[in-house]
Amino acid sequence: MTQPGTIEAERSRDIRKRWLLSLPALLIVLLAATGPLLIVLLYSFLTPGPYGDVLWKPSPDGWIGVFLERDIFTETLSLADAHVSIFVRSVLLSLATTLVTLLFGFPTAYFIATRPERTRELWLLLITIPFWTNLLIRTFAVLQIIRNEGLINTLLMKFGLIERPIQMLFTDGAILTGMVYVYLPLMVLPVYANLEKLDFRLVEAAYDLYATPFRVLTKIIIPLAKPGLIAGSILVFIPALGAYVTPSILGGGKNLMLGNLIELQFGQGRNWPLGSALSITLMLIVTVALLVYVRNVGSQEKRHG
Amino acid sequence: MKRILAGLAVTTAVLAYAGLAQAAGELNIYNWGNYTSPDMIKKFEDTYKVKVTITDYDSNDTALAKVRQGGSGFDMVVPSQNYIPIWISEGLLLESDPGKMENFKNVAKEWADPEFDKGRKYTVPWAMGTVGTVVNSDVYKGDINTWAIVFDTPAELKGKVNVVPEMNDVIDAAVLYNGGTKCTGDLTILKKVRDTLVKAKPNWVAMEYGTIEKMLSGDFAASSDWNGSALRQRLKNPAIHYGYPKEGFVFWSDNLAVLKDAKNVENAKLFQNFMMDPENAGMNSGFHRYANGIAGSDKFMPADMKGAPEIDVPAQFASVGVPSMTCPPQVQELYTKIWTELQK
Repeated sequence: MTQPGTIEAERSRDIRKRWLLSLPALLIVLLAATGPLLIVLLYSFLTPGPYGDVLWKPSPDGWIGVFLERDIFTETLSLADAHVSIFVRSVLLSLATTLVTLLFGFPTAYFIATRPERTRELWLLLITIPFWTNLLIRTFAVLQIIRNEGLINTLLMKFGLIERPIQMLFTDGAILTGMVYVYLPLMVLPVYANLEKLDFRLVEAAYDLYATPFRVLTKIIIPLAKPGLIAGSILVFIPALGAYVTPSILGGGKNLMLGNLIELQFGQGRNWPLGSALSITLMLIVTVALLVYVRNVGSQEKRHG
Repeated sequence: MKRILAGLAVTTAVLAYAGLAQAAGELNIYNWGNYTSPDMIKKFEDTYKVKVTITDYDSNDTALAKVRQGGSGFDMVVPSQNYIPIWISEGLLLESDPGKMENFKNVAKEWADPEFDKGRKYTVPWAMGTVGTVVNSDVYKGDINTWAIVFDTPAELKGKVNVVPEMNDVIDAAVLYNGGTKCTGDLTILKKVRDTLVKAKPNWVAMEYGTIEKMLSGDFAASSDWNGSALRQRLKNPAIHYGYPKEGFVFWSDNLAVLKDAKNVENAKLFQNFMMDPENAGMNSGFHRYANGIAGSDKFMPADMKGAPEIDVPAQFASVGVPSMTCPPQVQELYTKIWTELQK
């Protein structure tokens, strides 16, 4: 004979116990995840110290400085043209990187997914090999290949195809090449994970119904692979937005990226509040990108579910 | 696998024990990268039975920010002279009084009582040098003793010039080139500076630090540079020469100090005294290739440094040298804006 009251009491006790037991973990996650961010947020509202660091005096100047600037020569307040063009450059570079990794990553993933099961693992291993080396070393390896006395120029000159080295290093093309090389695995892996689950009987069925290869690709494969394609694009786009090492080494550092701009404020610029405000702005852009992803994939699943 | 893990555990334990055994005498130095002679450190370790650990930093601001947070665990640091007043005023340095140490008598007269550390109460000279130009004379044969190499680049050098992205060095050079004084807040000069820089940039190939390697590999044919770096390049390729810009150039020094929260104060003081010994200073110069401000140390430098034009400023240029100093915050803000606009 059980009384409903005791069951109820037992259940609520159970729930309380679970919460109490998970409390330490929750606290750590909450503190570790939000603590540093809150400090950055707080710093963005303070006054820069004369030689770096911050003074504990509230000021909106950090945030104003993100978008507006007082012209040092005419004293007029206008849109922070320099910051905006650096933001635009970073976003464009990230978009270009995403697009090119998509172009190369999708066929690669498709190729791997259509191999016999046993060789697939080998191909995947090959894709992940670059991750075993440090990003900096991989970037310097690219530099060695494209520099004036590097592999490509030396070979071309040896075969008499060119008279003097082609300037490849320190160009926008060099930055894009480096970025694509560094981020390609991040595109291939999620797309592969998606294609691996793809039911190839659907592809066969489409061919049986006289669909052209192009139609099979656009009407069957790509729609089914869409979640993987979006996940890969997000995985590439977000780190590319903050990329900092690759553009400075291969691009020669003549033009700032968002990451460099933020670093400048914490270093030689000695304006930590502006640096903090810029960092949070970067995070907001990333959040928007993520929201787009969640909405897309969410609606996708509903349609198929 | 298990055996490997066990082996690793034993090795780690042995290493940890070895670490503990030596912990009796330690010294942790926080210094610029590629700046400390390993042979000289070995000599100090052997003489005083002290284990020295060196950690690198890449800019004055990085070092200052890290030490200011406290608990860095470092005993000594080597800030540039323009930063030393900040380190002192923020109470980060220990008044170790090297001016009263045994070897102080060896410090060259012009470095014995500098403006940034009157009476040498905190610091000992480590290295000093100048900021100028470096040019490969196989590519360009004209006058290299001018900032025009960087700001009005001659046709032969267009698209082959690098600028080392030290914000203050670059803007100060442009200020001097336009007839201003270092750390100027004069807006008419700064406007000219901005225009000079914006106009000059299309002729540059890059703005980065790897000058030595890229001058030697031919990726750069000219660059703004430090003199010690220029000497290293000339020793590998005799066609590379260092220029002292006649419009004015900055000279600087880096100085060894003891941190207030140092744990190994006695060892740190021993090291300050050790660095004022001409033999040790000369040994260190042989590595970092800069002058060191210790009289008589040239006897202990490698032969190729004696009378090197990169180290001894030629008499006709000595008068246009400007000492390095920290710009006031409002000037620094103007500099940062020009710098951001240049690289947008």
